[in-house]
Amino acid sequence: MAGETGAGVGADARRSPFSLNNPRVRAVVYQVVLVAAVVLGVWYLASNTAHNLEVRKIASGFEFLDRESGFEIGESPFVSYSAADTYRKAFIVGLLNTFRVAVIGIVLATLIGTLIGLARLSHNWLIAKIAAGYIETIRNIPLLVQLFFWYAIISENLPGPRDAVNPLPDVYLSNRGIVFPVFASHPVHAWMGFALLAGIALAWGVARWARARQARTGQIFPIFSVGAGLILGLPLVVFLVAGAPTALNRPELSGFNYTGGGVLTPEFAALLAGLTLYTAAFIAEIVRAGVLAVDRGQFEAAAAIGLRPRRAMRLVILPQALRVIVPPMTSQYLNLTKNSSLAVAIGYPDLVSIANTAMNQTGQAIEGIAVIMAVYLTISLSISAFMNWYNKRIALRGATR
Amino acid sequence: MKRSAVWAGALALAMSGLGTAHAQSTFDNVKSKGFVQCGVNTGLAGFSQPDSKGEWKGLDVDMCRAVAAAMFGDAKKVRYTPLTAQQRFTALQSGEVDMLARNTTWTITRDTSLGLNFAGVNFYDGQGFMVPKKLNVKSAKQLNGATVCVQPGTTTELNLADYFRANRMTFKPVVIEKLEEVNNAYFSGRCDVLTTDVSGLVSVRGSRAPNPADHVILPEVISKEPLGPVVRHGDDRWFDVVKWSLNAMIEAEELGLSSKNIDQELNSTNPSIQRFVGATGDIGKMLNLDNRWAYNIVKQVGNYGETYEANLKPLGFERGVNELWTKGGIMYAPPLR
Repeated sequence: MAGETGAGVGADARRSPFSLNNPRVRAVVYQVVLVAAVVLGVWYLASNTAHNLEVRKIASGFEFLDRESGFEIGESPFVSYSAADTYRKAFIVGLLNTFRVAVIGIVLATLIGTLIGLARLSHNWLIAKIAAGYIETIRNIPLLVQLFFWYAIISENLPGPRDAVNPLPDVYLSNRGIVFPVFASHPVHAWMGFALLAGIALAWGVARWARARQARTGQIFPIFSVGAGLILGLPLVVFLVAGAPTALNRPELSGFNYTGGGVLTPEFAALLAGLTLYTAAFIAEIVRAGVLAVDRGQFEAAAAIGLRPRRAMRLVILPQALRVIVPPMTSQYLNLTKNSSLAVAIGYPDLVSIANTAMNQTGQAIEGIAVIMAVYLTISLSISAFMNWYNKRIALRGATR
Repeated sequence: MKRSAVWAGALALAMSGLGTAHAQSTFDNVKSKGFVQCGVNTGLAGFSQPDSKGEWKGLDVDMCRAVAAAMFGDAKKVRYTPLTAQQRFTALQSGEVDMLARNTTWTITRDTSLGLNFAGVNFYDGQGFMVPKKLNVKSAKQLNGATVCVQPGTTTELNLADYFRANRMTFKPVVIEKLEEVNNAYFSGRCDVLTTDVSGLVSVRGSRAPNPADHVILPEVISKEPLGPVVRHGDDRWFDVVKWSLNAMIEAEELGLSSKNIDQELNSTNPSIQRFVGATGDIGKMLNLDNRWAYNIVKQVGNYGETYEANLKPLGFERGVNELWTKGGIMYAPPLR
């Protein structure tokens, strides 16, 4: 509003500074009215809710978070949880379970989606048609139905734990999930983690140096292989120096189920498969659109100035394709995260499932829903912010070079 | 589906009533709309389940019908809202239903901080465990390490955790909201154990198991589960109607009044029966109801024993503690006078 200083407007303002005919005054009035309406609306809802809760003698407030939850949770791979812990901890377990399926789902959906998107562009008729068939089938069936489908496949078709399928040594497939051996925990694992972080930092430093050198001298440095070597090599060296401890924690059948080893439960596997394959179909179309959006002339122009195909792809084609791909991809990542709340239908203990249980045990539905809303809003805005930052980076590079 | 209901409930709490103090009471509201909106189970044989003609049948359904008979003199003036364990309280709190008759356990938390009132007990139950016979489990104490199928948001879920903690055992819960899905998970072998109230286990075994003889209910009963109809705080007149509708059914059995003989008993000289059918006294007026309210309940729905017989006997339920106090059980109604 402050920028509006045209001669006519200024004259109007002098004559009747508070008249509604003055567009600046009008703009301010509109905004004040709007804000007041929103504040009043929110205040009305909040006070009415508080009043109704009071009249019905329903408890309110967040004190219940510190009370003992009293219910068990099916899987909690990151923190140990028991029925003696608080509701707060139960919410955290649910949040971590949501993160777990969302992060793995986003990575897998991106990989599978990109592959299928490129396959649909293939000159091989069969591959292109199979990819097209996959996309059209998967994205036209509701996700909830697909989740039930995967869950039924896993829990009804696989045998019980005592007659588990044993495709590889120490790997068992049963209706309790897939159990597999994992490395027994050893202090060297922490050091390998540090080595990995150091490798990433070093690779980043080398990349900066190589870019500066190329700008100065024009010489190209094989940054990809050196970086990969640093990131993978350092942890490997630590592992070998420590004497390569390969003790395994093997799953054993004892009583009702397998103990030891790692486990992928049917609920997690079904949810991950459903979310990944569903979202991959949408991502495939986005990737195809991105690639098709780059004019063929760009390939030819890049070749004409002597760029090798790989560098042409990285410096010319990808920046332009990514500009088209990244914004809709953000929506897909958000969708996948939000769709993970369908977990309740098949019994995966995600945030919504646990919040629902807590709401029912305490009767505090409004607080529970507030927690769910706040968490999904935070996750979604974070993903959005990250993707926007990445998009800006990509877009600038495409525009300036 | 579940989420939408919880959301709708929370929203209703936020929006409802410009100044609740002047809003209509539940009693007046039910009276003026002409039917009882009754929250029932989504499908539990013997308690509430639609039959092949789509008509709701069961012990809890008869509770709803009894209230309608008392209110309107017509047991058919009920509309049913099937609710999952998680939806039920929000639906009642927000006014989506007028009452719950949904095998709901009476606990102090629910009676106080959830803003609800329990109108009595129409079935005394307890939590048990069901396992496939081929696992060869004889006692719940042998269940260490088992995978247990359970519905979320129930006292069952809490008792289960308590029982395993008390006995220093561990278990893996598989928690699914829809009753059908929990049962499917158990029968497909995803879980070793299904746990819920013993009545629920008997009902599921009788109505869902491919071969009921393949499943055993373990001897341990690990909790008290008094199940009964529920109303929300705020309208004592409505609370009274529901409470005394249940008591009338129990009292009728004790007095020997049934749907078959009550017309003959109208001329009985027994003063208790005269009061019950409304020939003398004015207990109907005390409830703001027609004086023949109790007669209507028994005539159209039957006494407690009749509905138990019709709904639960075919599934293999014994009367057990749900027998009248005069016959060794604990079913007991305060005097109607």
